Amino acid sequence: MAGLDVDGLGRWLRIYAASVAEHQEELTSLDAAIGDADHGANMHRGMAAVVDGLAATPPADPAALLKQTGMVLIRSVGGTSGPLYGTLFLRMASAVGGETALGPETFAKALRAGVEGLVARGKTELGDKTLYDALGPALDALDASLGDGEPLAAALHAASRAADSGRDATTPMVARKGRASYLGERSAGHQDPGATSAALLVAAAAQAVAEGA
Amino acid sequence: MKKLLNDPADLVAESLRGLDRAHPELRVDHENRIIYRADAPVSGKVGLLSGGGSGHEPAHAGFIGPGMLDAVCAGEVFTSPVPDQMAEATKKIDGGAGVLHLVWNYTGDVMNFDMAAELAAAETDTTVEAVVMNDDVAVEDSLFTAGRRGTGAAIAVEKIVGAAAEQGRSLSELADLARRVNDNSRSMGMALTSCTVPAKGSPTFDLPDDEIEIGIGIHGEPGRRRVPLAPAREIAQMLVDPVLADRDFTGGDGVLVFVNGTGATPLLELYLMYGEIAALLEKAGVVPVRTLVGPYVTSLDMAGCSVSITQLDDELLRLWDAPVATSGLRWGM
Repeated sequence: MAGLDVDGLGRWLRIYAASVAEHQEELTSLDAAIGDADHGANMHRGMAAVVDGLAATPPADPAALLKQTGMVLIRSVGGTSGPLYGTLFLRMASAVGGETALGPETFAKALRAGVEGLVARGKTELGDKTLYDALGPALDALDASLGDGEPLAAALHAASRAADSGRDATTPMVARKGRASYLGERSAGHQDPGATSAALLVAAAAQAVAEGA
Repeated sequence: MKKLLNDPADLVAESLRGLDRAHPELRVDHENRIIYRADAPVSGKVGLLSGGGSGHEPAHAGFIGPGMLDAVCAGEVFTSPVPDQMAEATKKIDGGAGVLHLVWNYTGDVMNFDMAAELAAAETDTTVEAVVMNDDVAVEDSLFTAGRRGTGAAIAVEKIVGAAAEQGRSLSELADLARRVNDNSRSMGMALTSCTVPAKGSPTFDLPDDEIEIGIGIHGEPGRRRVPLAPAREIAQMLVDPVLADRDFTGGDGVLVFVNGTGATPLLELYLMYGEIAALLEKAGVVPVRTLVGPYVTSLDMAGCSVSITQLDDELLRLWDAPVATSGLRWGM
């Protein structure tokens, strides 16, 4: 398949918005345990604004769509998630240039650039108990699958499984970044809400590509 | 949940509408959720901008006015405002001498203020400096974490720097002063109960009737440890000990002691706590020369308190005593 064009990327974001809406309470209660009980509400508000924006001002190409998404998230989410997810999409936008359809390698490279931007913004490392603990393994799985000659749908499916494992692996971690870090050892034993919403983002990409095939 | 609400999603917007009507000396930009002095920008004066999540009232809007802040940005409940708001507020209060961002140290606030400074620099020729306030001794290992939280000491920083800004001091002088007051301050807090974020509708954490949280922040996040409920005298000790262990407060010209209520604790109990805390400080050779007792940095409806101690010298004392006219602090005017 050709990859993701502006419709495919829009489908990804709409699926993600629906998934965040569905998991809003779960995200908030995970955040209540080790943070401040607003991750579900903030992500829901942000993704609803992204979907509204796509309908109101349909972007012309992938770069415009990704940039618009990043700006809307930065404007509407606040907290830590706004700048982090916003930076991810803004960096993806810069990475895709003027392409009208993102092939598997381009999409994977853009996603990696986005995650690298997020890591720089958050000054985070693997094992800090953040969304990077889901996204990092997902990127590696995506690259490995594509390297093995798998199509994008299968590679994103593998990435989604890796993100889920990464998310689950945050449970025993002691948080070193964000509000959960204030709890010290007490943050262990709780799944990270950011890693949870990040795993949903990768799952939504897999579903968007599968549905488009 | 039993709260005065219409729809939880409209709480911040509707509260700002009320604030706008109640305070003609302030202006509210409802679209951007910026609250600022009616006479902003004050020509030739450095503009002071702070802000953060809502739910800490009277912080932050209660400290806007002559002698303190020029503007604040209001975020959702316990959520940092966004860069566009901060960049717009920066423009509104730039009187030609630059704008100082006073940032409470939380990951989201720091990131959003960073991005706002980048935006302001790209769009205008406003000079921006930022000082991050981090006074909370409950957070250990601060080299490996998000660092110490900004809590009660921000009131001392904003008041003292606000007074100095009225004297016409430069942006870099004010930034140095803000860092000095922050370095001179330490805080520690505790909770008797959790708080209820309206969008969630139930308490953030479960705290049994016979237990308390020590080392809480200002967002209802759980504290460092949980201990059995104890008499106020012992709780005072649990707050004062880590503060005095972290910094020597015996020198200088005495200290400012700020006993803060977290929202649901009556002043009657806060004064009792001040009495216990002052006795402990005096025993340790620390001399309170100024006090502030009351709910100034709240966490919605949380019951509990925090103590902040700021080392004063002659200059800081004069700036603390200088006139201030805000809805939260008002004297000498």
